[in-house]
Amino acid sequence: MSTLILNPTLSDVGEEAMTDPIESTQTKRAEQEPAAPAPWRYSAWSIPPAAQRFLRGASLSVIGILLFMLLWQATANSIDTSLGKFPGPIQVIAQAQNMVEEYDREQQRRVDFYARQQVRNDEMLRNDPSAEVRIRPYTGRPTFLNQIATSLMTVAFGFALAMLVAIPLGIVCGLSETIYNATNPLIQLFKPVSPLAWLPLVTMLVSALYVSDDPMFEKSFVTSAITVALCCLWPTVINTTVGVASVDKDLINVSRVICLPTHVHIRKIVLPSAIPLIFTGMRLSLATGWMVLIAAEMLAQNPGLGKFIWDEFQNGSSDSLSRIMVAVIVIGFIGLILDRFMLTLQRFLSWDKQTVLR
Amino acid sequence: MLADQRKHTLAGAFTGASKSLRFFYTCAFSLLVGQAFAQTGPAEKDELTFGFIKLTDMAPLAIAYEKGYFEDEGLYVTLQAQANWKVLLDGVIDGQLDGAHMLAGQPLAATIGYGTQAHIVTPLSMDLNGNGITVSNSIWEAMRPHIPMQEDGRPVHPIKADALKPVVEAYRARGEAFNMGMVFPVSTHNYELRYWLAAGDIHPGFYAPERGDSSGMLEAQVQLSVTPPPQMPATLEAGTILGYSVGEPWNQQAIFKGIGVPVVTDYEIWKNNPEKVFGMTDAFTKENPNTSIRIVKAMLRAGKWLDDNNNANRAEAARILSRGEYVGADYEVIANSMTGTFEYEKGDTRAVPDFNVFFRHNATYPYYSDAIWYLTQMRRWGQISETKSDEWYIEQAKSVYKPAIYEAAAKELIAEGYMSAADFPDFATETGFRPSTDEFIDGVPYDGSQPNAYLQSMKIGLQ
Repeated sequence: MSTLILNPTLSDVGEEAMTDPIESTQTKRAEQEPAAPAPWRYSAWSIPPAAQRFLRGASLSVIGILLFMLLWQATANSIDTSLGKFPGPIQVIAQAQNMVEEYDREQQRRVDFYARQQVRNDEMLRNDPSAEVRIRPYTGRPTFLNQIATSLMTVAFGFALAMLVAIPLGIVCGLSETIYNATNPLIQLFKPVSPLAWLPLVTMLVSALYVSDDPMFEKSFVTSAITVALCCLWPTVINTTVGVASVDKDLINVSRVICLPTHVHIRKIVLPSAIPLIFTGMRLSLATGWMVLIAAEMLAQNPGLGKFIWDEFQNGSSDSLSRIMVAVIVIGFIGLILDRFMLTLQRFLSWDKQTVLR
Repeated sequence: MLADQRKHTLAGAFTGASKSLRFFYTCAFSLLVGQAFAQTGPAEKDELTFGFIKLTDMAPLAIAYEKGYFEDEGLYVTLQAQANWKVLLDGVIDGQLDGAHMLAGQPLAATIGYGTQAHIVTPLSMDLNGNGITVSNSIWEAMRPHIPMQEDGRPVHPIKADALKPVVEAYRARGEAFNMGMVFPVSTHNYELRYWLAAGDIHPGFYAPERGDSSGMLEAQVQLSVTPPPQMPATLEAGTILGYSVGEPWNQQAIFKGIGVPVVTDYEIWKNNPEKVFGMTDAFTKENPNTSIRIVKAMLRAGKWLDDNNNANRAEAARILSRGEYVGADYEVIANSMTGTFEYEKGDTRAVPDFNVFFRHNATYPYYSDAIWYLTQMRRWGQISETKSDEWYIEQAKSVYKPAIYEAAAKELIAEGYMSAADFPDFATETGFRPSTDEFIDGVPYDGSQPNAYLQSMKIGLQ
């Protein structure tokens, strides 16, 4: 890594690491197209080239997805597991509808629960006007949608925690080669550690240290969030370090000449130059965090999507596989949305609007 | 306090009647349905979390919740499935769970300090029977020639481990380990599997905690290891174990998936053996006496509902249990055992009306003699490392089993008209010891008041 820092083309390396190879070749092709347009297209279609490119991309995506679904349905139905046939897209879609209905039923149960409590409380008050009554929170099970919400909360919390440590640490490491050399071995040592290795330690530490009579968060929530934080720390630390270390030498010299104080130097010179790489790191971190969270929830039985999958696996009913498949698709979809969200943020904050971000 | 509560309700009813008819109805309604102001005072803690393992014998908890029996007692209960028995026990000990569906051996082992040390008590036995032993298809094929057959070609039941012995010997002759799964070192399933194997002259191995050996495989001819119940079928299918002892629906699941054959139910190993209990910490029952009584009341009503009219409600119960938040297996699988039948080989479904008993035969009463049987098994297999006196067994049983809470709850249910005195043992004369019985697969009699004499009557095992 230290050789990388000295390399002036480092930012390219960072970007390239991010890029999906397939996506990048496709885009390259798309970039080449205007240079050698097929003339008949313009005569046959009066659609502007940009819209045309979009339509072409969209229709290719649709075809890709349809082909995948066909292949999936065809292979799935020929696989017999001990829980019945492997679910194809049709079963999965049916199951997804079923799960939405389940959510509605559970909502109804929630309403009934509060209504019954209200009746009971009224009755207690009638019998004894001084009785202390209160409404207790619903005791039913979390539905799939609740589990999604819990997972999102946990990943957001863990990610925020990691960023609070990672960005300052990365900036310090990037600014001072001494500190960088001191911390780099540790960063390299902890970076490849799997979340599942951290989990038992984190669980024990949280139950030993996080003690309060009226805790703000559930212990399980804190455990998952810290595990996520420990694992998604590293991409941001490394990319921030690289970003900060590769600030244009001319800019640094200017800052030196006009004797900018450190905090102004960081704010005006370092941060703006480093932002693209910091965000590259953050995107990688968030993606890692989301992957880690599912595994952590599964192993630690903490509420969330991971627990949903594990519970379904344990249930071993004939619907279990299709329900797990629904969860898999939802997890992928949420991961995609999280990534797009970070990308938008990155575009918005990046000073260099010319850079191609994907 | 109790008297005050009662006076208050009665006074309310009388003045209400004289003032307006409508008010009288309300009070009568609250007396009949609510019972929130009956003899036992309000619950000290009304928001409770109970843990359970995905097994059909957690049914009393699910039913008490679904039928509103907990709410009738003013309890707002959250039911939480636990990953395994260890996690569940730790949850109760560190207070994350207020109570849980436990293996009968768990409160006893925790109290005598085998495994995690903690004073856990139980005021209520949740059910009788409900377990089975399943072997993989290949082991079944190897066992079959050694099993006596009926005229119709079906095996004579109960199938004894004598038929398994030649199979195990063949494995041992080849130098291969014969592994079987059970759910927890102090589980009913472990003791039942060991009892069945030992009755067929197969040594299941000793524990030796005094030497730091908690594997339970000392001198073992069959190696038993722990697997969480819901993972049993998958582990069997993977070939890691050749058979297992587990509660329902995981034996029926093996038939359903076509990966194994249940050979014997625990009803055949020991007729009407005590199974799960409801465990809480001693501290919890002392700090929350009213809550404890109310919990037992709600669960007694659930148990009665499950057994009412000759299991008439079992189909509905199986529907409820098949929901993802409870047991979550398919309805057909759960119904197989819950509705009074048990499928052994594929297609060989036999009537076992008492396979799951939740109420009748005084299933819910916490008998000291039940506790002592588990303690004798812990001694038999070395989990208790030295010989203990008969008094010690009785003393331990009394520190864990709490019939006083049960009695208070039962008497209230009788007073409230939900149940009759005939539903319960005669509390005036009950000693807590079931009469001596020899309804075991090997016919060895058991008398709870003579634990050491019982241990001495066993061919395999420590004394």
